[in-house]
Amino acid sequence: MIPVEILVIGGGPAGLCAAVQAAEMGSKVLIVDRNNTLGGQLVKQTHMFFGSEKQYASTRGFDIANILLDKIDKMKNVEIMRKATVLAIYEDGVVSLEHKDKYIKIKPKAIVVATGASEKNLAFPNNDLPGIYGAGAVQTLMNEYGVKPGNRVLMIGAGNIGLIVSYQLIQAGVRVEAIVEAAPTIGGYLVHASKVRRMGVPILTGYSIKEAYGTDSLESAAIWKLDENWRGIPGTEKKLNVDVICISVGLSPLSELLWQAGCQMKYIHELGGFVPVRDTNLHSSVKGLFVAGDVAGVEEASSAMVEGYIAGMSAAAYLGYKLYNMKLVKEDLMNQLDSLRHGPVGEKIRRGISNLTIEHEAAASVDAL
Amino acid sequence: MLDATGIPTKEDLERVFPTEERLMQGPTVIVECYQNIPCNPCYTVCRTGAIKEFADINDLPTVDHSLCNGCSLCVSNCPGLAISILDMTYSEDEALLKIPYELIPLPKPNQIVKGLDREGVEVTDVKVIKVIDSKALDKTPIIAIAVKKQYAKIIRSIRLEE
Repeated sequence: MIPVEILVIGGGPAGLCAAVQAAEMGSKVLIVDRNNTLGGQLVKQTHMFFGSEKQYASTRGFDIANILLDKIDKMKNVEIMRKATVLAIYEDGVVSLEHKDKYIKIKPKAIVVATGASEKNLAFPNNDLPGIYGAGAVQTLMNEYGVKPGNRVLMIGAGNIGLIVSYQLIQAGVRVEAIVEAAPTIGGYLVHASKVRRMGVPILTGYSIKEAYGTDSLESAAIWKLDENWRGIPGTEKKLNVDVICISVGLSPLSELLWQAGCQMKYIHELGGFVPVRDTNLHSSVKGLFVAGDVAGVEEASSAMVEGYIAGMSAAAYLGYKLYNMKLVKEDLMNQLDSLRHGPVGEKIRRGISNLTIEHEAAASVDAL
Repeated sequence: MLDATGIPTKEDLERVFPTEERLMQGPTVIVECYQNIPCNPCYTVCRTGAIKEFADINDLPTVDHSLCNGCSLCVSNCPGLAISILDMTYSEDEALLKIPYELIPLPKPNQIVKGLDREGVEVTDVKVIKVIDSKALDKTPIIAIAVKKQYAKIIRSIRLEE
């Protein structure tokens, strides 16, 4: 059994920021991540981030990952365990993980779960043909491994990920035949939509995929218009010659570990599915277990980073670590979150979170100081 | 319309273009930002005070075109690639349009390329005047193109001949 002060599960934007903040307050942190490189989805994000300077606005996602990792590199009290998959969080607080073919048990004093989210799939005939990918897989292929997924793409979903991956595909020299979006309006930022539109990519709202065709792999796809009940209208089919279909229809929180740890969970549609109830310090219903980022509710990476700082601070404070200006720092972080969620786009996030917040006795640890 | 297609309407564009009078006085910024999203790098990078401080980070940018000198700093800093610089005084019958361009290969000065409108439709040939790809632009090069004046408000992208 390895003793650990603060265990951070997941080295994406939320987990890295949690580690930075907790370590700055003097606690010893162990970050575990199942991948060989840290940064989570940041490493595939070639576009500039939105937000303000405090969340590295105007800096590209992969550069933000490097900035955070450089910071952590210089910290003596942060350890990183790569290619380590957490298997379980038991009720006595023991965490088990698989690392280099070994089963390891650790006993942290506090845990920050920042496991992120996974892509939702879409059911349509022949959706198992080779050539049909999740948008994240296409990003991994292109941006991490430099592999072109195909030559002609149909993108399903006009949220930010669908729009951004379409743009990246064009940058990689791949033709995007169309982006279809079942909803009547574009879900992602309109600047992303305008960017791909003026490169000639049609964005078809109120459209979805009907069927994929091909024998050994994807050869074509039929899309059709949807009626007000989101049912396909016969006679409106259009056939597209594509060898790749990219599915980008949303994310759901990767919350298995939270269920297992006994966290009280609640289904909040606006946040992507079942999410942990927590207090404003991101302390879950399980004492000593904190949450941050998409696992706590699917949002932008900028808010995931701010949540990471808050969860890291709360975890360290829970163990008795202090910062001379902790109240001020916390207030600033809370204000950042508020302003990121303040606009009309953040409205549904605010609505979701308002249904989720609990008062927590242990939360006092940050506020009391 | 814009939120169903990604194409700004004539009315959308009228809201962000400066007056004809201002356009005849020299280069200025066109900020095609129509949606309240949390983002403010255009303000933080602006050195002339033309892009005003945001009361709320979700506000749309407020531009004082009388203070803008067309310096282009904001063009490559806007995460939405929503900013361009238009100089209607470039020559007798041409305007100079500076746009962000993140594709390779980059065009070369004097190259004739296709000018695309906001739907990606080829409208007319345009001439590349300058390609700025300094380190400060951080991988968002700026292409300056000479555009016939009647197309100056229509062209927003380019396509290189294949």
